[in-house]
Amino acid sequence: MKGTWLLQMAWRDSRRNPSRLLLFLASVILGIAALVSIYSVGENLNRQIEEQAATLLGADQEWITNRPFTPDEHQVADSLAEDISEEWSFASMVMFPKNEGTRLTQIRALAGQYPYYGQLETTPENAQAFLQSGKKALVDHNLLLQFDVQVGDSVRVGEVTFEIAGALQQAPGQTGIVATVAPIVYIPLQYLEETGLNQKGSRISYRYFLKLNKPEEADQLAEKLSDHWTHNEISIRTIKDQKESTGRMFKNLTNFLGLAGFVALLLGCIGVASSVHLYIREKFNAIAVLRCLGVTSWQAFLIFLIQIALMGLVGSMIGAALGTILQGLLPKLIADFVPFELKSTLSPFAILQGILLGVCVSVLFSLSSLLSIRKIAPLNVFRIQAEDKPGDNDPLRWWVYGGIVLFIVLFSYLQLGDWPTAFSFSIGVMVSFLLLAGVAALLVRLVKRYFPSNWGFVARQGLANLYRPNNQTLTMIVALGLGTMLISTLVNSRNVLMNEITASGGTDGNRPNMILFDIQDNQLEDLKKHISDAGLRTLQSVPIVNMRLEKVNGLTYTKAKEDSTESIRSGLFSREYRVTYRDSLLSSEKLAAGEWIGNYTPSTGLIPVSMEEEFARRNGLKLNDTLVFNVQGMPVTTQLRSLREVDWRGMQTNFILLFPKGILEKAPKFHVIATYLPTLEESARFQQYLVKNFPNISIVDLNLILSTLDKVTEKIGFVVRFMALFSLLSGLIVLLGAIISSKYQRVKESVLLRTIGASRSQILWINGLEYFYLGAMSSITGIGLSLIAGYLLAKFSFEAKMVVQFWPLAAVFLGITAITVIIGLINSREVVTKSPLEVLRQENG
Amino acid sequence: MAAILTLSEVSKTFQTGKEQLVILHDINLEIAQGSTVAIVGPSGSGKTTLLGLCAGLDRASSGSVTLDGHILNDKTEDQLAQIRNQSVGFIFQNFQLLPTLTALENVMIPLELAGITNPRKQATELLEKVGLGHRLQHYPSQLSGGEQQRVSLARAFGNNPRILFADEPTGNLDSETSEKVIRLLFDLNKEAGTTLVLVTHDMDLAARTGRIIRIKGGNIISDTE
Repeated sequence: MKGTWLLQMAWRDSRRNPSRLLLFLASVILGIAALVSIYSVGENLNRQIEEQAATLLGADQEWITNRPFTPDEHQVADSLAEDISEEWSFASMVMFPKNEGTRLTQIRALAGQYPYYGQLETTPENAQAFLQSGKKALVDHNLLLQFDVQVGDSVRVGEVTFEIAGALQQAPGQTGIVATVAPIVYIPLQYLEETGLNQKGSRISYRYFLKLNKPEEADQLAEKLSDHWTHNEISIRTIKDQKESTGRMFKNLTNFLGLAGFVALLLGCIGVASSVHLYIREKFNAIAVLRCLGVTSWQAFLIFLIQIALMGLVGSMIGAALGTILQGLLPKLIADFVPFELKSTLSPFAILQGILLGVCVSVLFSLSSLLSIRKIAPLNVFRIQAEDKPGDNDPLRWWVYGGIVLFIVLFSYLQLGDWPTAFSFSIGVMVSFLLLAGVAALLVRLVKRYFPSNWGFVARQGLANLYRPNNQTLTMIVALGLGTMLISTLVNSRNVLMNEITASGGTDGNRPNMILFDIQDNQLEDLKKHISDAGLRTLQSVPIVNMRLEKVNGLTYTKAKEDSTESIRSGLFSREYRVTYRDSLLSSEKLAAGEWIGNYTPSTGLIPVSMEEEFARRNGLKLNDTLVFNVQGMPVTTQLRSLREVDWRGMQTNFILLFPKGILEKAPKFHVIATYLPTLEESARFQQYLVKNFPNISIVDLNLILSTLDKVTEKIGFVVRFMALFSLLSGLIVLLGAIISSKYQRVKESVLLRTIGASRSQILWINGLEYFYLGAMSSITGIGLSLIAGYLLAKFSFEAKMVVQFWPLAAVFLGITAITVIIGLINSREVVTKSPLEVLRQENG
Repeated sequence: MAAILTLSEVSKTFQTGKEQLVILHDINLEIAQGSTVAIVGPSGSGKTTLLGLCAGLDRASSGSVTLDGHILNDKTEDQLAQIRNQSVGFIFQNFQLLPTLTALENVMIPLELAGITNPRKQATELLEKVGLGHRLQHYPSQLSGGEQQRVSLARAFGNNPRILFADEPTGNLDSETSEKVIRLLFDLNKEAGTTLVLVTHDMDLAARTGRIIRIKGGNIISDTE
C-alpha cells in the first residue's frame, strides 16, 4: 500500500506544476533527442555497412600494388576467380574541349565487368556499358556541372579525346568529400597507352578486382596469399576488411557526434539540477507539513524521487520520439561523408538506450537536491532553522557527486572505447564546466565588487537584479557560455586552419601557387621556355628519381619482417621513394643532426644522404646507417649522414630523402616545376596550354586546393556546428527555465516598482537590461574561454599561429546577447502590460 | 485522569553564532487525557517552541517529554513521524494545506498513512461534517481562509488523534469566521474526546478551555484551571 501511496502522492503533487514540469522536460528532451538521433544513425550505419559492404568494395577481393601485376600473379588470380577486372588509377589533368576547362582528376582506366556487387551509379543509368564500346568516358557529375559540360560532350585525357557517355554519380566506396578533392574519370583501360599518360615515373596504382570461385573463402585466401607473397608488395582487401575500415571510420564519426550530443545532455542536466533545486525549495513547507502528518523522511524523499524519475521518463520518451524524427535529418548532414545512401529506419535499441539514459541522468542530477528533503524537519512549518540549512553537511552528497563523475567517465568510455581517452574527455568536460562556472562566478563577483553606483537607476536596477535571492545567474551564464564557447572555438579553429593554409600558399610572386609534376626529361627545357615566354618565373625546378630500398645495414625486407624485435620497420622496403638531389637546403628545412653534404665526390666515402628526422625516427633509422637503394635496377650504397626538420605545410617541394649532387644526374627521372601565376585568367590559360601540349603533366593549383579545402572544412564545420547548436539550444532552455521559475519574484518586484511610480517603459528597460547583462556576461565568458581553447588547439594540436578574427566573434556575442534579451522580454511582457493588482491576483491564483 | 502529555525539566536552547539562546527553562508540565488546555503568552515567550516539543516536532535540549506513553527523547525521526500520524492532530495558524492537493486529498493523507481501508469515504464524511461536502475537489487556492481552516480541522481529526495541537488557529481569520471555526473545533473535540492543546495570545479563546498555562520568557508563570 505504501508503495502505491507514494506513487499516488507523486502524481497528485505534480499535477499543479505544469510550467515547472515543462522546463524540466525540455532540459531532458533536447539532449536525449540529440543522442537518440545519433545512436539511431549509428545503428543504421552499422547495419547498412554490414548489408552493403560487398557493394562498397564491388568485388570479393581487391589486389592493390604500385607496379604492374606479373604474369605469375595474373595466373594465380585467374585460378582463384571466375572473373577479374583490372584498373589502373592515377592523378592527371583533363580538359573539356567545349570551353577548354582543365582540372586535376583521378583517372581510373578500367577493363572488365567491375563492380561485381552494386554498380557505378550513372546518369543515364547503365552508362558504364558504354565503356566497352569505344572511346567513352564516365565523368564525375560535379565536374560536369562545374565546367558546364553535358553527356555527349567530350573530355580530353592525355592525347585521347573521349566522348562523355555518362555522369558518374557514385563509384563503389566513394564519398562526396573525396569526390570534391579528387573527382573521378573512368576510361577504358585499352586506351590508356594511347593517352600517353603511362610513362616512367607515373604514380599509378594497379588493381585487380576478383570475383572468386569460392567467395566464402575470400578471407582465408587473402591470408594465405599475403603469407606467400611476403615481398610482392601486393595489398589484398576483402569485404570483411572493407566492412571493418568503413565501420571504424564511422565509429569515429558517430562517437564524435555522440560526445557532442552528450555535452548537450550534460548542459540539460545542469538545467535539470537547477530547476529541481528550486522546485524542492518551493516544496519546503509542504514537505514539513507532510512530516507533521506522519510522513517519514525517506517517504518524503521517495515521493519526489518518483516524481523526478517519472518526469525524466516522460521527457526521455518525448526526446526519443523527437530524436527518431531528427535522425531523418542527420543522414543529410553527413551525406558527403558516407559512401552509400544512408536510409533512416526506426532503431528500438537506440530509443531504449536514450530513454534509460534520460531517466538515469534526471535522477542522478536531481539527487543532490532530493537528498536535502530528508533533512527537512517538521518544525519547519513554524520557521526555517537558521543554524543549519537542510543538506548542508550531508555526506551522501559526496557520493552523489562521485556518482555523477563516474557516470560521465563510464559514458565517455562507452562512446570512445578506451579508458585513457575516456578519462581525458571526462576531465576535459568537467574542467570546462568548472572553468565556466569559475569565470562566471568571478565576473559576477567583480560586478558586485565594482558595482557602478553612479549609473542611472534603470541601468543599476537591471544589474542588481542579477543578484536577487534565488537567482540563477551563475547557472545561466554557464549554460549559455558553454554553447557560446563551443561555437566560438569552432570559428577560431577554422580561422587558424584556413590562415595556415593561405599563409603557406602565399600571394606574392616569390612563393609558388602552382606546381607541375610528371614532367619528363625531354619536356623540361621546352616547358621552362614556355614559362619564360609567358612572362612567368620558374621558382623551383626539381628532378625526381624513383628508387626502392633494398637493405639497411645488411638487413633485407625478409629478415626485417621475420624478426619482430628488429627496430627497422619492414614497411621501409615496400614503398617507392621519390628522391631528389641538390647541394643546399631549402628555407623549409633545418639541419637537425649530422652533417649536410651537398656535393658528392669519391673522396667523401659512401654516398651521403639526408633523411627527414620524423620519418627516420618512426622507422628505426639513425645516423650513419648504411642504406642500399635500387635505382632502376642498379644498387646504390649510401650512408645516412644527416637528419632534417621539414616544414611540410609550405607550397614547396619537400622530400623525405635527399641525395647530394654528383650521383643521380644521369638516372632516369622526371621533374617538378613550381611557378607563380598572378591572376586566375593567366592560370586558366596556362593550364589549357599545358593540357594541350603536355597532356601527361599534372597541375596542382593552390587556388583550387584552397577552395576545395574551404569546401571540405566548411562541410565538416557545418556538421560540428550543427551539434554545437544542440548545446546552445540546451543552454537557451536552461535560460528559459530560469526566467520562468523566477517569474513570480520578478512580478513582485515589478509590481512594487509600478506601485511606487515606475513607468512601463522603465520596467521594460530594467528587464531588458537584466537580460542584456546576462547575455553579455555569458557571451564574454564563452568567447573568452574559446580564445584560450583556440590558443591551446593552435599551439599543441595544429602547431600553427593563433588567429583571431574580430567580426565572427562579435557576431557570436551579438547573437547570443540578442537571443537572451528577446527570450527574456517575451517572457516578461505580462509583468509590464498588466495592472499590478491583476498580476498579483493572477500569480496568487 | 491519566496524563497524556508529561514534560519533565524540559529546556530548549538554540545556538545563534557564538551566543546560546535559552528559549525554555526547566519546564514541568502534565496534561490530562481529554482535557482542553490553552498556552498563552506574548510574542517571543516560547509558546510555539513549547508546542513543538510537546507535539514531537522538536527535541528538548534537556529533560524529557512523554506523549501518549512514548518517551519522545528516545525516538528516531521516523518513529516520531509514526507517533504523530497515530496519535497527534495539528491545526496551524496559516492552515498549512498542501496547495497541490484538493481538499479531499488533503484530508485523506493521514488516513492513507495510517492504512485506513477506505480513506476517501471517511475523508468525505469529515468534510461534510465541517460543511465542505460541496468543495471536495477544490484546491486550497480556491477556498477562503475559513474554508481552508475547516479543511485543516477535518484533516486534524481524521485519524481520531489522542491529542490535538492548535497553533493560533484563528490568527489569520476575521472575527466572524474565527468564531465559526472555534465553535467547530470545540464541537469536534468534544465529540472525539480528544485532548486539546491550544496556543494563542487571544485570552477570550483561552478562556474557553479548561486550563490556562501562561508562559513568559521561557518560563511557566501561571497554571490555572
